[in-house]
Amino acid sequence: MDLQFSAEERAFQQDVREFLASELTPELKRAVSLTPTVFVEKDIADEWHARLNRRGWLAPLWPRQYGGAEWTPVQQFIYESEAARAGAPTTIPMGVRMVAPVIIRFGNEAQKAYYLPRILSGEDTWCQGYSEPGSGSDLASLKTRAEPDGEDYRVTGTKLWTTHAHYANRIFCLVRTSSEGRPQAGISFLLIDMDSPGISVTPIRSLSGDHEVNQVFFDSVRVPQANRVGDEGQGWTCAKFLLEHERGGVFSHRLMAMVQELRRLMVDTPEGESALIEDPRWRERLAALEVRVLSLEVTEMRVLSRLRAGDPPGAESSMLKIEWSELQQALTELAMDIAGPYAQFFEPGRPLYALAGHTLGDERLARIPPDYLNTRAATIFAGTNEIQRNIIARMVLGA
Amino acid sequence: MDFSLTEEQRLLQESVQRFVQDSYSFEQRRAIMAQPDGFSRDTWAQFAEMGWLALPFDEADGGLGGGPVDTLVMLEALGEGLVVEPLMATVLLAGRALACGGDDAQKAEWLTPLLEGRLLAALAAHERRGRHAPGWVETRAARVGEHWRLDGEKSAVLHGDCADLVLVSARTAGSPEEPKGISLFAVPADSDGLSRQRWQTIDGLSACELTLAAVKLPPEALVGEQDAGLGLIEAVLDEAAAAQCAEAVGAMVALTRITADYLRQRKQFGQPLAAFQVLQHRLADMFMDTERSRSLAVMAALQARAGDVVTRQRAVSAAKVQAGRSGRFVGQQAVQLHGGIGISDELSVGHYFKRLTALDARLGSADWHLARFAAQPASG
Repeated sequence: MDLQFSAEERAFQQDVREFLASELTPELKRAVSLTPTVFVEKDIADEWHARLNRRGWLAPLWPRQYGGAEWTPVQQFIYESEAARAGAPTTIPMGVRMVAPVIIRFGNEAQKAYYLPRILSGEDTWCQGYSEPGSGSDLASLKTRAEPDGEDYRVTGTKLWTTHAHYANRIFCLVRTSSEGRPQAGISFLLIDMDSPGISVTPIRSLSGDHEVNQVFFDSVRVPQANRVGDEGQGWTCAKFLLEHERGGVFSHRLMAMVQELRRLMVDTPEGESALIEDPRWRERLAALEVRVLSLEVTEMRVLSRLRAGDPPGAESSMLKIEWSELQQALTELAMDIAGPYAQFFEPGRPLYALAGHTLGDERLARIPPDYLNTRAATIFAGTNEIQRNIIARMVLGA
Repeated sequence: MDFSLTEEQRLLQESVQRFVQDSYSFEQRRAIMAQPDGFSRDTWAQFAEMGWLALPFDEADGGLGGGPVDTLVMLEALGEGLVVEPLMATVLLAGRALACGGDDAQKAEWLTPLLEGRLLAALAAHERRGRHAPGWVETRAARVGEHWRLDGEKSAVLHGDCADLVLVSARTAGSPEEPKGISLFAVPADSDGLSRQRWQTIDGLSACELTLAAVKLPPEALVGEQDAGLGLIEAVLDEAAAAQCAEAVGAMVALTRITADYLRQRKQFGQPLAAFQVLQHRLADMFMDTERSRSLAVMAALQARAGDVVTRQRAVSAAKVQAGRSGRFVGQQAVQLHGGIGISDELSVGHYFKRLTALDARLGSADWHLARFAAQPASG
């Protein structure tokens, strides 16, 4: 066991630092620090997407032949750690990290040749059509159906909690192509143009008033069967592959950046003649969370180290999801407590980084309440933490 | 960056696991604890023969040249067996203190027999008013001509009751809370003026309250530099605490496994307890708390001998905080999930619970380490 990077890895770390020093503008950094939503605003995301793409780093995990960087798990870890420390935006995952791996793994050559370059260039923006009003955790019960109609399908139904559907020009969907046999066996994976006739998008405002998610309606939408990825009935396999892909990852450095930010906030928050940071009770609350974040960091390294050895991530990947989401919530909760009376402050203007002047003087205060409210979603999306605990328990029980 | 074990470490792991399986079943342990010392001298000789007592020492000192990661591997496996032999006190506390602070003559006199299993030793670094802090020292060491004279009381000295040699921290200058002015002395247990009040720990070990009344020591009893002993003591305590975190992980791994087995077997309302989601989730939380603790125990081992003191202290304190919190949760939930039988002393579950409870009280509690951690923010 050791924590040292190899000479090549240190050289890569240097490359990342230089890239961030030249490409991460103060405007981008400020926008990130004032983002109260799950993803950064579209304009910020697009700009960062383009900068990463120019460097060849947009798709770290894709094979080189499709324009990916083919990073090792350690390179990924290094990039994520440096990017988090520097306060860089994260990329919007629906294209690069979600649909693309499925296309690469299960798609045909024509689909790869058409879609992958358009994801890199930013020409296509994707959203994910999974959940439905009646199908949340029990995703396999989904009802949106695709019925054959000549060379096409006719898709009818509705998808819910569709992040960025209002920006996307494409959606990847799980649809029911059969009601025979097990519910999982009748599901197929379709790529659909958002400008197809019969699609409509209704915004859903989150608790903070932000518009990030939507409901998407499909009314007999014509989709070529050629837009199906994999065989008919293989959709569940694609979805499981994607979920596993989504679960592995490096989150601890973003959380550590939050810890540092909260420490600065405590330094800047007066109480009587001193500041919150002078009070051991506040310091220890933060320290308790910092300990957990450090633990997550090592768990991530252990999982990466196993991935590198070619072993599957195992139940730890469910654990990582539970850890980062619950820690993120705990940190936003502590931020609320630090804000004190301003934990009730509501700033209706959006985006926060575009507002001129802040009512309370300290613009950081405007982000705290909506961040807290929006972060409640973290333990619900990408498989609720209850589902993740089911998965872990199955593994521990050997069932 | 690499978290895999070397071939040697895997072999060590296997041999300790095999020992626990073959020689340290719950029944065998009970018989061992019934012996006069509360542990088995034969087992201790076996440890020496296997080289486990020599593991964390330099080859120049007669050791095997192992580091904290080797100790982690050994202690995690021993943790599953709930061993009661004085490995922590003799090897990881007193032995490491002699290795880090002793001169050649001191090592020849005490460390060599210690590694061979012929000498038991303990470290008396804490006092009642200092609680978990080794920096609070009221015990005084005064020069009397060539000699030293020690007066004072040390508290909760793990395995101090059966030690042949006790390393005692005493103040050679300054007031009780000052970091400077602390020195370490090697005190033979049969010294005139040394008395011990033995007590048992809840997890089957023993400890003592140590009283020093005009104990006279030769000049060569001073281990390490005069007045600058705290740095040595803290380094030794940190490395031992890192090892103890690995021991806690071993106990948690065993408890989670035992509890999972029980949930599969025990039936109520016509179905196995494992079928109830509320219990499944509790088990998942036990697993996660164990893994949290494991991650930080690994980090603590990797930093246990770090040159930078803040780096070392932060890593060890983080691990000790998590081991304390996780140990409490996993232990309490294992008892809870076993229901009534969980509070019986006849089952191993309760003994793991007691071991985890005691580990938090030794080498600094979770609260004490959290305060130390909070006082040293990360740079950058």
